[in-house]
Amino acid sequence: MINEIGHNCKSKGDCCGFCCTKIENFNVTIGKNNILEKVNVHIHCGELTAIIGPNGAGKTTLLKAILGEVDHTGALIYIDAKGARTGHPLIGYVPQHLDFDLGSPTSVFDIFMACRTSIPSWIFKPRSISASVAVSLAKVKAEHLLHRKLGTLSGGELQRVLLALALDPIPDLLLLDEPVAGIDHNGLELFYNIVSELRRNYDLSIILVSHDLDLVARYADRVVLMNKTMICSGSPREVFSDERTSKIFGMSWYKLGHEIKLPSANYEGDI
Amino acid sequence: MLDWWYIIVDILLPFHWMSHIFMKNALLAVLLVTPLFGMLGTMVVSNRMAFFSDALGHGAFTGIALGALLGIIQPIWAATVFSVFFAILITVIKNKSKSSTDTIIGVFSSTAIAAGLVIMSYGGSFNKYSSYLIGDLLSITPSEIIMLSGTFVGVTLLWMIIFNRVLLASLNQSLAASKGVNTLLVEIMFTAVIAIIVTITIQWVGLLIINSLLVLPAAAARNVTQNVRQYHLVSILIAIVSGITGLGLSYYWNTATGATIVLVAAFFFFITLGLRNRFTV
Repeated sequence: MINEIGHNCKSKGDCCGFCCTKIENFNVTIGKNNILEKVNVHIHCGELTAIIGPNGAGKTTLLKAILGEVDHTGALIYIDAKGARTGHPLIGYVPQHLDFDLGSPTSVFDIFMACRTSIPSWIFKPRSISASVAVSLAKVKAEHLLHRKLGTLSGGELQRVLLALALDPIPDLLLLDEPVAGIDHNGLELFYNIVSELRRNYDLSIILVSHDLDLVARYADRVVLMNKTMICSGSPREVFSDERTSKIFGMSWYKLGHEIKLPSANYEGDI
Repeated sequence: MLDWWYIIVDILLPFHWMSHIFMKNALLAVLLVTPLFGMLGTMVVSNRMAFFSDALGHGAFTGIALGALLGIIQPIWAATVFSVFFAILITVIKNKSKSSTDTIIGVFSSTAIAAGLVIMSYGGSFNKYSSYLIGDLLSITPSEIIMLSGTFVGVTLLWMIIFNRVLLASLNQSLAASKGVNTLLVEIMFTAVIAIIVTITIQWVGLLIINSLLVLPAAAARNVTQNVRQYHLVSILIAIVSGITGLGLSYYWNTATGATIVLVAAFFFFITLGLRNRFTV
């Protein structure tokens, strides 16, 4: 079903992992508090970079700074592999939750239409848009949800719909803010399987803010540990066996990280 | 000026209660005002802004008091300017502040209503303004109806232009921002347009119930609809039907028109609440 090639690559061989998004020296200060200090992250296309850290580490703030919603210093630079298109990346964002009253009469189609066109969606329902939204939803195995009301979707279904929305159009950089609650384990597995598949097929650069270290260990290509600033980064194995990670997340992780073989981590307990 | 309308009404509605000119005027006003309330109310309800829109009504009340104080013959213009300013102010503060928005809105709302009452009661002349509390739809004049038609066209056009962006901004601000929506601007336009229609209609509907007119039709429609098109359609229809029914009932019962309209809308709400389960997919 999914066999298109990455948006900025003319052929499969072109997707080289050399497109790069650089977050350079991000600082965010709100009032007198330094929320983020000197954050530097390089993200390559075709890679899922997970950002982990304790509560209040500034993970969500980093996403908001990348989106340009929070004032920050430092630069966000996107470099195409061939240098053809350089500058600010096109960003897709999957929010942690919706602020909306989900019981209100708004269908999946409605929010896609609101994104795609300036034709007032409260009056018209163009057939051409219906068809292309169904194609977008098919990418996340959610085409059957097209006319469902948002409030009737399960947490996992809503998350997939929001993913499809973020991929419409295919962005240079995809930001995923993982929901803390409301999605069962199967829903999360399906979501991450789809994300992994899309990453390969579209050569996406993905930043994932996650609270579930188990899933990070299994699906991330690179892990960045931060706590107001960047503490360490590398492959999941490197970061999870780092002493600083175990200090931040507690001893249980330190031990488990050594005992079990990443990336098929399987542990009990909530972190 | 409205002779064509009087002829149409005489042909279509040859009833006793429609034989008076003031009732024909009021009917036209109802047909112009209620659809706007039904339309904008959908987003007020979806965004859980009922309290916020109530505060906008209070801002409009203060505006009218200020207009009267400044000696402007038509206080409505001063009121509109003030309440738009008030709406922008609380929208911006709501966005910048981290503390509970309920508290902020409450503070502004009560300050506005207190200031309005103080100004109006200055020199013991409050009785002159008490009509703003209850409203008097039957007093509407043809020139005011012309102004309402302009408002109707303007607000409908604006809603056609900004609705998609308002919907995105209310789903999630960051999501909207990633799609290139200026969320603060969109939110300001939305609240400003509510402030405008609330201010313009407050003299006919009345401060005490104007918010109900905004919330009830949409709340009723919310119970039985699945998408934004149905939502708007049903909300607007309920608003119009409540408006006409309320106008007729108030004539026979000799009651305040605005309140009677709201009562009919409330009746629709409870009906749809009962039907809710049949419409749930």
